[in-house]
Amino acid sequence: MSLGETTTDTGPGPGDDAAATTTSTAKSAGEAASSADVKDETVTAPDPRPDLSDTARRLARRLVRTNSAWTFLVLLVLMTAFSIMKPAHFPTTFNLRNVATDAAVLLIIGVGMTYVVITAGIDLSVGSVLVFSGVVAAKTMTGISDVDAGWGPILLGLLAGLAAGAAWGALNGFLVAKAKVPALIVTLGSLGMALGLAQVMTEGQDVRGVPTRLSDTIGNGRVLGVPWLVVIALLVTVLGALALATTRFGRRTYAIGSNAEAARRAGIPVELHLIKVYALCGLLAGLAGILSLARFTTTTIGGHTNDSLGAIAAVVLGGTSLFGGVGTIVGTLIGVFIPAILQNGFIILGVQPYWQSVAVGGVLIAAVYADQLRRRATQRA
Amino acid sequence: MSPATSISEGYSASASPDAPPVLELRGINKSFGPVHVLRDVDLTVRAGEVTALVGDNGAGKSTLVKCIGGIHPADSGSYLFEGQPVKVDSPRAAAELGVEIVYQDLALCDNLDIVQNMFLGRETTKRFVLDEVTMEQLAADTLASLSVRTVTSVRQRVASLSGGQRQTVAIAKAVLWNSKVVVLDEPTAALGVAQTAQVLELVRRLADKGLAVVLISHNMNDVFAVADRIAVLYLGRMTAQVSTSDVTHSQVVELITTGRGAATRREAPDEPNGTAGADGTSEWKNGERP
Ligand SMILES: Nc1ncnc2c1ncn2[C@@H]1O[C@H](COP(=O)(O)OP(=O)(O)O)[C@@H](O)[C@H]1O
Ligand SMILES: [Mg+2]
Repeated sequence: MSLGETTTDTGPGPGDDAAATTTSTAKSAGEAASSADVKDETVTAPDPRPDLSDTARRLARRLVRTNSAWTFLVLLVLMTAFSIMKPAHFPTTFNLRNVATDAAVLLIIGVGMTYVVITAGIDLSVGSVLVFSGVVAAKTMTGISDVDAGWGPILLGLLAGLAAGAAWGALNGFLVAKAKVPALIVTLGSLGMALGLAQVMTEGQDVRGVPTRLSDTIGNGRVLGVPWLVVIALLVTVLGALALATTRFGRRTYAIGSNAEAARRAGIPVELHLIKVYALCGLLAGLAGILSLARFTTTTIGGHTNDSLGAIAAVVLGGTSLFGGVGTIVGTLIGVFIPAILQNGFIILGVQPYWQSVAVGGVLIAAVYADQLRRRATQRA
Repeated sequence: MSPATSISEGYSASASPDAPPVLELRGINKSFGPVHVLRDVDLTVRAGEVTALVGDNGAGKSTLVKCIGGIHPADSGSYLFEGQPVKVDSPRAAAELGVEIVYQDLALCDNLDIVQNMFLGRETTKRFVLDEVTMEQLAADTLASLSVRTVTSVRQRVASLSGGQRQTVAIAKAVLWNSKVVVLDEPTAALGVAQTAQVLELVRRLADKGLAVVLISHNMNDVFAVADRIAVLYLGRMTAQVSTSDVTHSQVVELITTGRGAATRREAPDEPNGTAGADGTSEWKNGERP
């Protein structure tokens, strides 16, 4: 094989493999002799001298290449700017705690959405599923007990809410994987159905009388100064990130999004896996619904129409490709906080908070454009 | 089946004419709706040999490969593995027997790296966590055992590889699993001269290590360079399965294009032997007759 051809990644980052490999191989005079064969002589085995600076360089290169590194930079710049402009108001525990609490629900949805988008799918229904699960949980708790309910009824309600979310997700997954209906249409349908059914169950009136034990602890309580909501969201994020990066389930999620037919030929049960991924997304929407219920002590039926799009925007901002096969949970974490920080900063600065939508919309388009550029560069190689 | 650092050693490397068949297909039929693609196809594949499967475009070669690989299980016919009738109705069933396919379109995941692709669907784990160290080592060892020196890092994304390198990765993936039969569907179709030579060399090496290899190719020079036997598919029928040394280029070409030819009379005593030579150096002249 002619190894004069590019053997390097074609990401947009500077300082790529070519430079690194050539300099390290050129050290040995014999190999450098025939320039065309230099790479032919480099060995397949992992680097024989895994030196630390080399590892660091690789890591740096990978970071530069990923979208999420750039968005992380944007986030840092935003936070620094707001901190400088409003040192007494922005970088305070109180303020940041509020931002994090507001972002917790979206972050949990975003984790599930990341999995779905990595499979080259999409889930527009999470906002409605969130509402539906919240209604099911609230109805269960208020149905078998009242505001003073003990942990038993609360737990039953939570389980019912989670099950409802997972069921919607599994239904989405079944229709996408088995019935082969495009995910956009399936989840557009279930978006309407889940919200409609939630309204039918409640006759359009928010359910009140959620047990105070729930709202006082999970809803508004803190552990070591950190709100429970934030703790749970971070826990979900860490678990989601680990599962995606280090387990068979995560690896196969990438494989299916990258080339579903290759995954099938490799013996991966693609349809079942897709159902699991959508079910996971639904389950997390159910969890988000429960947390929202606990926080506001009432179902917020009308308050989640933008959640699905917000989660998709966060996922994409975080560098996950809508074409599948690429993405990280850490990126989504950053992607959730950019709009949250922007909105918070604008309010503190006295700028109309509506500018946040404008700014996030622009950044979103830029992020997808960058993704397109990178794909084109890769395909040309 | 567990990954192996070296190729299966269960077979002798010599291609004796009486080596027992590893894989036998008998009377395979396959239709896609009204299209009857494979008709009563027989195929015998022996250890230590390269069996070339040739035929015109649309003859059904890739379909036969997909039957062997469990992607499109045959409608009827029998599938014998090491003499035993088996049911291969999924890629996993084929893999469990030790039958690996390198598909025409390679079926690699561009966004994953070489190691991740080689272990796709059969990832090694330690207590639920992917065992990256072991997988990376086995991948590197397998490439080394195939004397592949063209890949600089096993952690390169497949998207960044050249055509020949991708082919190499696909082949290495197929032999990683102690496989006994490796089927390659037109592995050299998209390659340049130098890359083709390397892949053919690799194919020959697999057979010399004792694997049963099926090679699909359009190029008569390639076929005569590495194949021990040639099976000719014509409009979904297996018209001949002959020893390479018993036929000439032109006879094979005639079989491919007309489904008939002198080669089918290979048992005839007056059949000239070895006119084509198995070294692949001879030129194929159209219309040449022995
Ligand atoms: N999945 C399929 N559905 C319908 N027809 C198919 C399918 N796969 C192959 N065929 C048909 O089967 C015939 C043989 O195709 P193929 O096996 O790809 O031939 P070859 O690999 O020998 O060029 C062609 O006529 C093709 O159109
Ligand atoms: Mg074909």
